Amino acid sequence: MENEPTSGGCGSGCGCHQDPGDRGDATRRNLLKAAGVTLGAAAFAKALAPLATWSRDNLSVDDFLQQHYRELDKEQLAAVLKHLEEDTKKNYGADVTISDHRPQKGVKFGYALNLSICIGCRRCAEACHHENNHDRATNNSYIRVLEMQKGSMDMEHGNAHYDHPVPHPDKFYMPVQCQQCDNPPCVHVCPVEATWKEDDGIVVVDYNWCIGCRYCEAACPYHARRFNWTKPVIPKEEINPKQSYLSNRIRPQGVMEKCTFCLHRTREGKMPACLEACPTGARVFGNLLDPDSEIRKVIDNKRVFVLKEELGTKPSFFYFFDE
Amino acid sequence: MFFGVIAVIALWFVGALALPWVQRERDRPGRAFSDKAIGETLHPVAIRKPEGVALVDSGKKNAKGQPVMVACATCHDTRESNFKTNQGEALKEFHQGLQFRHGSQTCLSCHNAEDYNSLKKADGQALDFSQSMQLCSQCHGPQYRDYQNGSHGGMTGHWDLKQGPRERNTCTDCHDPHHPKYPLVMPVFPPKPVIGEAILPVDKSHSH
Repeated sequence: MENEPTSGGCGSGCGCHQDPGDRGDATRRNLLKAAGVTLGAAAFAKALAPLATWSRDNLSVDDFLQQHYRELDKEQLAAVLKHLEEDTKKNYGADVTISDHRPQKGVKFGYALNLSICIGCRRCAEACHHENNHDRATNNSYIRVLEMQKGSMDMEHGNAHYDHPVPHPDKFYMPVQCQQCDNPPCVHVCPVEATWKEDDGIVVVDYNWCIGCRYCEAACPYHARRFNWTKPVIPKEEINPKQSYLSNRIRPQGVMEKCTFCLHRTREGKMPACLEACPTGARVFGNLLDPDSEIRKVIDNKRVFVLKEELGTKPSFFYFFDE
Repeated sequence: MFFGVIAVIALWFVGALALPWVQRERDRPGRAFSDKAIGETLHPVAIRKPEGVALVDSGKKNAKGQPVMVACATCHDTRESNFKTNQGEALKEFHQGLQFRHGSQTCLSCHNAEDYNSLKKADGQALDFSQSMQLCSQCHGPQYRDYQNGSHGGMTGHWDLKQGPRERNTCTDCHDPHHPKYPLVMPVFPPKPVIGEAILPVDKSHSH
């Protein structure tokens, strides 16, 4: 075999002992090659076909090639925001403004909740649902209000599906949402860095970068992350038009989402929607770095605790009872 | 000499490559802080004012069919005060439907027998109805302290008073002064189970 000529033939090892000068045979070989290439291309296209139907509706080349949020420069981000606004108009018929809210210098957000005052009315969960443009059919909300037996402190035994006048005398009520951990397990497990902690303490998700693997959902000990199983359905007139890239813009199907302490409000100095909705004033929100803030007064003077402290997640969300 | 030239050229290359990268780094959203200028002046915190003098429905209608409301002093100015009364039912007129569940207080613990259009503090001083928080705080010190520290009572507006004002509820927005315990309510917005979630039967034994 080693001594056989290879130029113009099928190459060594193919087994066809042809004379290199045979012209008719060369044409047949070209034909075979062309057929092979065509078949190969067809098989490749067929293999990729499910990907095309499986990906999001109308996923444009721009969407597909979009960089990670933190890699975008100003012009690129402006183009992305404009494009997202147009998409919302096209898919939902609503005119919305999608902004990019950045952290304020010298601010780290903290939240505290007075369990002696909370009556379990779930108005916070409802306010979250509307503020953050959640899917209407699933009653999705970033807040889960747990009915707890007095004397018990294990949130895993809380019941979110109570349906009787509240507060029940033997129970207390514990709303649980993202705890904005300083050591967030959800961030550590993300294989593509689609979720990270920002300078004011908020853990955010780039919905356009998330691959929907749900590792973060599994990692979160507070069950605070939600998955968009379907494309959110919201009537046009109910959409909150004031939106932000990292918070309440309508999420695509197949990505994770979470509470952002309403960063589109709080980074403008406003209270989160759940706090404003609370009829009893059980919620306290503010800047942990400001020693005169309401949240600092709570932490300095009340016996606050965090959920599942033993896990070392270092939450920025505190609970307390009145003495 | 030769290596010196090479080193200069290499440095120039590295610099030329790094400079735009450093410049771009600055306006990447993931790193930059908000560039919004925030002033130092603080916006006000407004406390919702309770209504002034309470008016009572006389049970009669005027020519337009609207209920005729009367002020407390309309009747009380000419009547003897009874300092022992502590239930609405004990009175012959008007106050029958009034539920009173507020400790061992009597009506005139808070209402001013000298002037029924005002309230009365523990030291006997008259107090306008719009200032009722002062009256409540005489007994409910811890709640008043927490209120002042921002951890009691609902509010709306801004956490950052440099960026905007805040509005706070007053005591009587949530607590009826005659039966101040917050009433039972039906919870709104029942959650729907998410995929894979098993709903435990309500009130399953808590014997863990």
